[in-house]
Amino acid sequence: MKQNPVFRVVAKILFAPIIMFGLYVQFHGDFGPGGGFQAGVIIAAAFILHALVFGLEAGRKVITARVNLWMMALGVTTYGAVGIASMARGGLFLDYTALTGSVVSGQHIGIILVEFGVGLTVTSVMLSLFHAFAGFVEDRAK
Amino acid sequence: MMAGLIINIFLLALLVLIAVMVLRSSRLYAVIVMSGAYSLTSAAMFVNLDAVDVAFTEAAVGAGISTVLFLAAMAYVPADEKPSQNRNLLAGLICVGAGALLLLAVFNLPTLGDPMAPVHQHVAPRYLAESGSALQIPNVVTTVLASYRGFDTLGETIVVFTAGLGVLMLLAGFTRTVRVTPVSSKTASAKKLAGRSKKSSATPKGSKA
Repeated sequence: MKQNPVFRVVAKILFAPIIMFGLYVQFHGDFGPGGGFQAGVIIAAAFILHALVFGLEAGRKVITARVNLWMMALGVTTYGAVGIASMARGGLFLDYTALTGSVVSGQHIGIILVEFGVGLTVTSVMLSLFHAFAGFVEDRAK
Repeated sequence: MMAGLIINIFLLALLVLIAVMVLRSSRLYAVIVMSGAYSLTSAAMFVNLDAVDVAFTEAAVGAGISTVLFLAAMAYVPADEKPSQNRNLLAGLICVGAGALLLLAVFNLPTLGDPMAPVHQHVAPRYLAESGSALQIPNVVTTVLASYRGFDTLGETIVVFTAGLGVLMLLAGFTRTVRVTPVSSKTASAKKLAGRSKKSSATPKGSKA
């Protein structure tokens, strides 16, 4: 698909809006449909589109396997850290109200942070699944 | 109400049609595309049931990413399914029997949207009452997912993480790699054994994986 100018132009036009939409779904999850899982998949889709059109090697340069692995772990860690932070502030595990002391702001901050962790993990897992599946044959051929 | 019913019947008929087509087709590329269509149709049905969050997930995960991942995975398998010769009568009977029992159970389910159904009487009223006013988060799905059921979602995230790690270990060579230098076959096998006891694979790493 690298040679076809239609694919290249469309992919270039769509790449940024898809990520913007993913971020909107990520951070607007409290008010509309969406959240970390959906946003993670949408953002991963943008990078997969890039890799499909410009080649897997180019895609792997944008987000390398090592970065992916760190992002995967960082997402889960963020989630767990929010839980431990609320324990440190005198609440129970994942009791977001304890984060700031007020129900409204505590729950908002907790949910946004937790959803961010989910989004990070889902994005990088989806991306590395695609890289692993699509690259297996190429890597073996080398 | 009537329009919703017609749309539901149409979508359900479409789902059955796609399912039968998937069963009858032996070309795997066609099966993958059809399962994407199946997901998209179910997403439309979830929208009709006012479950937009579920529909969103189904459209993004089921119709989008899964289809792409399946297509990427098609590189390892032949394009056509192997025709199976043996028709197991017992397995067929068990399937039909289990299906009949499930159909029977459907008649005992509360009707769709019944406010007196047990599922709507337990903790749901509290969530619905609190989320908008006390927490000031209008999307109840998000509060249930991330706050009331935060433990479950943590578990889910760990499941996604573990699944990703598993695939990376199997396909991308993210194991502790022992580089086998070309030596005599005796020492190589000895090294392999040593590598295995350290729980690491002895296969040489793929270029950049």
